[in-house]
Amino acid sequence: MSVTHPEGTEAYEPVFEGHRLDELNKLLTRYPNKQAALLPALWMVQRERGWISDQSMAEVAEVLGITPAYVKGVVTFYTMYHQHPVGRHFVQICTTSPCNLCGAEDVVKAFLKESGAGELGATSPDGRFTVIEVECLGACGFATPILVDDDFIESVTPERVKEIVRKYL
Amino acid sequence: MGFPHKPHARETVVLSKYFGDAEARSFKGWKKRGGYEMLDKALGMDPNAVIEEVKNSGLRGRGGAGFPTGLKWSFMPKEKKKAHYLCVNADESEPGTFKDREIMRWTPHALLEGTAIAAHAIRAEIAYIYVRGEFTEPLAILEQALAEANAAKVFGSIKLFLHRGAGAYICGEETALMSSIEGKRGNPRIKPPFPAAAGVFGLPTTINNVETLVAVPHILKHGAEWYKKMSLSNPKSTGTKLFSICGHIAKPGNYEVTLGFPLKDLLYELAGGMGQGRTLKACIPGGSSVPMLNREETESTLLDYEGCVEKGTMLGSGGVIVFDDTADMVYQTMRLTRFYAHESCAQCTQCREGTAWTTKILERILAGQGKLSDLDLLLELSENMTGKTICVLSDSCAAPVVSAIKRFRNEFEDYIAGRRKPVMAA
Repeated sequence: MSVTHPEGTEAYEPVFEGHRLDELNKLLTRYPNKQAALLPALWMVQRERGWISDQSMAEVAEVLGITPAYVKGVVTFYTMYHQHPVGRHFVQICTTSPCNLCGAEDVVKAFLKESGAGELGATSPDGRFTVIEVECLGACGFATPILVDDDFIESVTPERVKEIVRKYL
Repeated sequence: MGFPHKPHARETVVLSKYFGDAEARSFKGWKKRGGYEMLDKALGMDPNAVIEEVKNSGLRGRGGAGFPTGLKWSFMPKEKKKAHYLCVNADESEPGTFKDREIMRWTPHALLEGTAIAAHAIRAEIAYIYVRGEFTEPLAILEQALAEANAAKVFGSIKLFLHRGAGAYICGEETALMSSIEGKRGNPRIKPPFPAAAGVFGLPTTINNVETLVAVPHILKHGAEWYKKMSLSNPKSTGTKLFSICGHIAKPGNYEVTLGFPLKDLLYELAGGMGQGRTLKACIPGGSSVPMLNREETESTLLDYEGCVEKGTMLGSGGVIVFDDTADMVYQTMRLTRFYAHESCAQCTQCREGTAWTTKILERILAGQGKLSDLDLLLELSENMTGKTICVLSDSCAAPVVSAIKRFRNEFEDYIAGRRKPVMAA
């Protein structure tokens, strides 16, 4: 994925064509109106492109018959939609109270160091990892849970971080 | 993937019977265990008879509010003029709570069966199961289970769909969840109108929590009387409930006990107590939104709706967060308010400003720059955040603050007076 070119200088390739348009049309049959397919449509964009650009928002708006501004309003509400390109692997570490009690902040420190990301929200120089803290991942009995992309990993300790980072080359 | 413990002798294993039994996940395995028999039975029953049975069982909503389930179902219009919807709240995000996740991971068909029975009872054609976006594993398991069940055509004319959230705690609030299904920002709506009158897409809707729905097939199988008898203290609290235990505890996990079970026994006997040499300092018994208890209160609490209220807290979602004597209650309170500040949908001023300022003041105290007047300021803010907003997120932020200051005021004062080293940068 190219991340440096200014938007608009390359031709935009639509997401919703061919089999992906079929997939969206199938989704539309689940709801009484098109707008209700907005969250699933945005998930599809993120799956295909890794993040959701303004151009993608405009495309989603057109396909669903709503305005780009409306789509942006929704994208900015939900924390899991990326409005900027992120590293090849997106790491979310739970640091809310129960995990916090069990040492989640040390897991964060270990991840920032081992991944090379250095600070929260930043991407490692090799483009591999973006690391963020998240609020409650809903697995408090398995502290500390983390999400690497779609992989939910439980009971992470600072000692396990090196091995996890190595797995996601 | 975490594996559940072997049930303790004092647990009453109903909903969690097949936790850890991977075969129960498949349609074939579920059928072999008697699965979908109660759905067949329900589909042959008059919807009102299903509602009556659930009403008589005393089952109450397990998502937090504890509203009687059968009564909720009975609010749906008697004369059906428009489409009816069922929404399933699988947006489990209350800190300390991880029971629905376990239900979906191990017994996805139990949820699908309970959902279809409820849809039949309220005469809904469509049920949306709203699963939080981060629950990638439960989502994949449910998708597979739903595909298998659909292929076997077990749901009759009822259609079940999964709808993935995208990271917003507030979507666990019932009207916010409906906004989210409609493709909107997850803003809660003013009630009335209540969902039974105007819910998702403006049509009559019932919304139930995952754990509530998985109890329904058991009630149909064994009868309301059987369910009602499972009550150790107050007859208004019936059945079993999953309690998620986490924080400073030897054996974290989900424990299923009959309502009215002593919290003390749950912590020390079932979950193995604190770490070696550690003692209990505080406990939040019902997820982060309910007031915390000190040791004495914790050890005398009975786990049911009334027993928790008696101690000044709530049963909530059954997420039990344990703090031992090493816990910094000021820091942990700040972590909780930071959560609410992060998750506020920002519609209401009291919540948007209140959660953010509460967190800032707590951070200031933790940085050694607090004033004694800050404690009164926090209490005043909390007062203004309680009972004044569209939903209860704001109240939920105030609860830990007020209860922590009331019970652990000395810890706040230690930071303010400089008796304790600051733990945050100014």
